[in-house]
Amino acid sequence: MSASSIKTEKLAGWNRPPVIESDGEGELLEVAMGPHHPSTHGVFRMDVVLDGERVIKLKPVFGYLHRNHEQLGERQSYLASMPYTDRLDYFCSLTNNWAYALAVEKLVGQAVPERAEYLRVILAELTRIQNHASTIGFLLQEMGASGTPLMYAFREREKILDLFESLTGSRMMCNYMRFGGCRVDASPAWIEATRKVVSGLNSFVDEFENFLMTNEILMARCQGIGVLKPDLAVNAGISGPMLRATGVNYDIRKVDHYGIYDRFKFRVPLGDHGDIYDRYMVRMLEMRESISILNQALKDVPAGPVMDPKAKIRNFRPKAGESYGRIEAPKGELGFYLISDGSPNPYRYRVRPPSLINLTVLEDMCLGSNVADVVLIFGSVDIVLGEVDR
Amino acid sequence: MKSVEEIKAAIEAAVPGAGVKVISNPAPIAQHSLLIDAQHAVAVAEFLRDDEDLALDYLSNVTGVDYLDKEISEKVKVTRQVPKEVDGVQQIVDETVEETRKHVEPGYLEAVYHLFSVAKKHGPVIVRFRTANRSDQVELPSLTPVWRSAEFQEREVFDLFGIVFTGHPDLRRILMWDEFKDYPMRRDYVEPDDFEYEPTPHDDVLKRAQEHKAKVAAGEVSQ
Amino acid sequence: MLGDGILKGLVETARNFAGSYVSKERMTTVEYPEERLPLPEAARNFPFLVYDGDDWEKGLRCVACQICEKECPPKCIYIEKSKDKKPDYVGKPQIYPAKFDIDISVCMSCQICVEVCPFEAIKMNTEFELATDDRFAGLLLDRKQLSRSNEYYHQIHPTEASEVDARLAEEKAKVEAKAKAAAEAAAAKAAAAPAVGSPATPAAKPAAPVEAKPAPAAIAAEVAKAPVAATAPAAPKPLPGTGSDGTAPMSAEDKKAAETPAKPDEGEPKAQGEPKE
Repeated sequence: MSASSIKTEKLAGWNRPPVIESDGEGELLEVAMGPHHPSTHGVFRMDVVLDGERVIKLKPVFGYLHRNHEQLGERQSYLASMPYTDRLDYFCSLTNNWAYALAVEKLVGQAVPERAEYLRVILAELTRIQNHASTIGFLLQEMGASGTPLMYAFREREKILDLFESLTGSRMMCNYMRFGGCRVDASPAWIEATRKVVSGLNSFVDEFENFLMTNEILMARCQGIGVLKPDLAVNAGISGPMLRATGVNYDIRKVDHYGIYDRFKFRVPLGDHGDIYDRYMVRMLEMRESISILNQALKDVPAGPVMDPKAKIRNFRPKAGESYGRIEAPKGELGFYLISDGSPNPYRYRVRPPSLINLTVLEDMCLGSNVADVVLIFGSVDIVLGEVDR
Repeated sequence: MKSVEEIKAAIEAAVPGAGVKVISNPAPIAQHSLLIDAQHAVAVAEFLRDDEDLALDYLSNVTGVDYLDKEISEKVKVTRQVPKEVDGVQQIVDETVEETRKHVEPGYLEAVYHLFSVAKKHGPVIVRFRTANRSDQVELPSLTPVWRSAEFQEREVFDLFGIVFTGHPDLRRILMWDEFKDYPMRRDYVEPDDFEYEPTPHDDVLKRAQEHKAKVAAGEVSQ
Repeated sequence: MLGDGILKGLVETARNFAGSYVSKERMTTVEYPEERLPLPEAARNFPFLVYDGDDWEKGLRCVACQICEKECPPKCIYIEKSKDKKPDYVGKPQIYPAKFDIDISVCMSCQICVEVCPFEAIKMNTEFELATDDRFAGLLLDRKQLSRSNEYYHQIHPTEASEVDARLAEEKAKVEAKAKAAAEAAAAKAAAAPAVGSPATPAAKPAAPVEAKPAPAAIAAEVAKAPVAATAPAAPKPLPGTGSDGTAPMSAEDKKAAETPAKPDEGEPKAQGEPKE
């Protein structure tokens, strides 16, 4: 998709979901799917209006997991918000930490030592792999594979989580990044163990791909369903694998040049049709690209400190100003917007949640399809309620 | 990408009458923003999206910010003409007195938009709109007809701050339940008395526990 | 042929199924509670208070400076200072916490209290089998329940504990060397005999009032003439929390991991989920 061919149409109100008429037979049935539902990835409700099996209207309702994370951020210091960012997208706590640390480092102009940058990249790519594996596993479970492929994904995820535990102390709520580097250094034994895990990941991805991606049932259920057009995707603020599956080449690792991603050669997989199958293939290919980045990064992790010795941990008072820092999280563009007024607490602490914004087009994608497809389309958006509701 | 001043000039050329001001950002990242007045919001937004050079087709983030009313007191030297007795004769004399004058600068609510370009891969361009005050003039035009990604985010700003976005297709609460009153993220929000026992209360939790006990003792609340 | 993809998938499943009888890697179930996975050394669950020696009350390192209480994000720590001073393990009078409660239903194991403690008094425990049927009091751990000895700390986090001990011993050595030098100077000044009434005041130590380090090291180290800083950061400990975790520890851990053949497994992180036989 070339850059200049993305144009938005200027029709008034073009970017509203289409109106679908029922076929006139029988009544319309209004069903609330959720919030207590096994397939909704958390406490999430969709009010669907059905004509038989076809979806006429769909309204997403959330807020069941709203913990007022942004107001907590105003109430406590910058460092104390770091463990709370773990709990936003609770599958990928290390990328949340990195996004927040990036925003604060931009706010004060803090430099990060090189070894810390390497560790950040390694942990972020490991997080991406385990997140995409889990997402694909959950898709396959929702299609009826009863958890077997999910458990295969979780087997690899356990190895990665063990690595996280031995480095940061906790499997999921890592609280590892700090403003100016990482909390503790990684021993050579840890780097060796990581190399071992990464060397086994390629065969895992091969096995996973062979497993179900050419399965006829899966292809019939996923191809052509939940199509998203690229210009609507860009206008709706979609980011991450969902955007790239529509064919738009926008990966924040390549665009913003944050961290040290410029040193690694990796490709950005793009889809053609923007349907569910493309989103899953994009995630599968991104796993392979992450493995390639990991191999490059693990080859030469430089020695040195992992924390800038001049960085302050306590009594951290940035000067007045604001900053917006964003990274390519596994779910999309995760950004933190901080306004500081010189006090130890932020004046405004805002999280730009990729999952929430990716849900903007849920109605557009689901209209006209069956209820069973709604579950799959929703799963392919890949949301985590902790991030949607904060 | 153009600098902030150039963007300001381009906006003023394209949308005449739009009051554009550059708000500079003292942080090292130097992401300066543009303050635009609310009437021309949609016109400016459409220009930013459709312009060939800027091509800001991707709205990344909508944030609400609350600024409380500020009471400013300044000391002013006032010279007045006062009748006074000088040597037994009534005269009009200049007298200089130092007074403290207080006035209230009204607070406002602000909506901040972060714009990027997927076509040109540049950004961010930050645009702000302010309401007139916090109590009765809290409308801003909605940018959902321009960028669809504002749909949920403006609903959230309405829910948590109370900015009413005119022109939004479906403005209702998104995170809090529909019957909720008040706007939780405002700086002067008072939480309702939903006291729950906690074994180690301290700081503000202790304060709430004591207030709750006082209310129970006064008979206002039944435990 | 229609059904090729399905067959390919089924072959994979069959291979895994058959393989689970043969290869240990495919059989990843650990039969808890009969088998337990060993936790990696860095694992953390809830905090505990370290005490030196045998008596938990006398040897408690915590001096109730309340920094952890202030920095704790969910404010789960509750400290009340004592009115009197009690001599600690080394004999120096210190304030101690009369009350030190942690509400573990609120604690989120973020480890920030450990990072900011200037006295190495609070560390992370790895016990996770803490379920109780009393919702409030059962989850409120008081001072006695939170105290664990330094030996226990060595058991669960050996490299970290030995390095903390080295740091504390070095600080103590420095303090004693300074005190000795001050005493010698005073003795030299006093013309006639009865010197050495000058108590080893730690007033000679550099400023930083709240973060001033006492010297309650567990190991009664031999007083070295000059402080030999082998692994620890430079002389007056900088802002607490910065130097400790950032620069020194892992280099010490590397050295220890290379040197000590005693416990090789615990230095290494467990990447595979294989239970110890």
